[in-house]
Amino acid sequence: MHVVILSGSTVGSKTKTAMLAVEKAFQQHEALTVDMIDLKDYDLVFSDGRHYLDYTGDTKIVTEKIMQADILMIGTPIFQASIPGTLKNVFDLLPTKALEKKVVGLVVTAGSAKHYLVIEQQLKPILSYMKAVVSSAYVFIEEQDFHLKAIVNDDVHFRIQTLVEDTLLLKEAYDGVWQKKEDQYDF
Amino acid sequence: MEKFRIDPSQGLEFGIYTLGDHLMNPETGTRLSAKERLNQIIELAKLADEAGLDFFSVGESHQDFFVTQAHTVVLSAIAQATKRIKIGSSASILSTSDPVRVYEDFATIDLLSDSRAEIIAGRASRVGLFDLLGYDLNDYEGLFEEKFALLNQINQEAYVTWKGNYRKALEHAHVLPRAEAPLPIWRAVGGTRSSAIKAGRMGVPMHLAMLGGPVSTFKSVIDAYREALDQSGFHSQHFPIGTAGFFHVAETTQQAQKDMYPYINEGMKRTNGQGFPKQAFALGKDKHNVMNIGSVEEVTEKILYQHDVFKHQRYIGQMDFGGVPFKQLMKNIEYLGEKILPKVKKYTKEEA
Repeated sequence: MHVVILSGSTVGSKTKTAMLAVEKAFQQHEALTVDMIDLKDYDLVFSDGRHYLDYTGDTKIVTEKIMQADILMIGTPIFQASIPGTLKNVFDLLPTKALEKKVVGLVVTAGSAKHYLVIEQQLKPILSYMKAVVSSAYVFIEEQDFHLKAIVNDDVHFRIQTLVEDTLLLKEAYDGVWQKKEDQYDF
Repeated sequence: MEKFRIDPSQGLEFGIYTLGDHLMNPETGTRLSAKERLNQIIELAKLADEAGLDFFSVGESHQDFFVTQAHTVVLSAIAQATKRIKIGSSASILSTSDPVRVYEDFATIDLLSDSRAEIIAGRASRVGLFDLLGYDLNDYEGLFEEKFALLNQINQEAYVTWKGNYRKALEHAHVLPRAEAPLPIWRAVGGTRSSAIKAGRMGVPMHLAMLGGPVSTFKSVIDAYREALDQSGFHSQHFPIGTAGFFHVAETTQQAQKDMYPYINEGMKRTNGQGFPKQAFALGKDKHNVMNIGSVEEVTEKILYQHDVFKHQRYIGQMDFGGVPFKQLMKNIEYLGEKILPKVKKYTKEEA
């Protein structure tokens, strides 16, 4: 099982801090490989519509890493009442069915509780369009839960742990469903 | 139809095409050398010719896992190895070639093959070749439209005066050698209505790729093409339509799916990054799905059904994708020549 953790922002530190906690939670589980992508570390081009395998450099590296994921954990801040353009660009770089047979878990950081439903209305429709199975509950973390690049609200740790467990279980359940489906075919 | 070298009284034209992929056989884990794969393609063309098929074409792809980048050179070898079968490209990527050179190559092949050469011109679904051959991807659309129009002009006129944006102007330029009659030049359409409409507006024959999906969906693409022709001052009944898709037959449909799935799935993974979902592949056997993979009888019925719906003039099947062993290809050609072609021809001939 290969887990890819995507920190979807090139601004600030909170999303990365949260995703490091997600990574740590996955490391408690055995038989997993975990790969962290922090968009801050990569220089991506804007999508120009080409097939993802035709990109070069960092853009090729990031898109290929995401395509290899069995579980994709996406961390995103909320900017201007939406997901950041950096994250939307990652989706635009990928094929329409890129997230087929992937289970996705979401972690959101925001400066205000007013942003809580942005994910429901803006991120989840994109993921559904790209055929992802999305773990329905997400972890929503506010500014006050961080201090000096650390999570200071214990409840956030518990919620992250729960999200990781739920996402793993969901993947296991869906793998069973998909296998059952595959077994119906004799080719 | 005649100027596109199509004779409806002979029934639906039947061909095979290869993209020139060079992939590992997933069953054995081995891959032919480039030399072996190229020779295999020539052999396949020979068998198709001997079995009485109408058309054989070779693709131009410049990325990893392909071997026919110099597809005109391959076609030239095929011209020498075959006698009656028409030969063409599927497709020639016109955006990154000079139309003068493209005409020179194909006119030469046409002369060497006794008027059997055709061009199917496309825009490229993958774009690595723009960097490789020194073109700017920002000009993706402009390059193709301009070069396609120029190629069509060269095809009609031996002396060409032309001016455009992407190559030096031509002033009464003599483009040689001349084919004995204008070459059939088709526009490759990937399956969308908008692309089909472009072909219709230009008044050129359309070759439509259809890997899988409902016949009715592709019918609407074909309707859009014919409407665009008629609305643009052409007569749709004068323009041939070709369709292209996966082809494989065996004793039973179950066996055919079993034979073919691993090759298509692994081949797609390698060349496209994602495999072919089993659920979608399973739907392919339905009569109303365009995928021609099944028993000899069912595939024959499907081809006839598609002809009823599309009223098209040519179907070409792709049977060698993904490292398929040559023995399987030989068997397919045998089925085609002995069982499928006679029936398809019999029921699709237009009364004179």
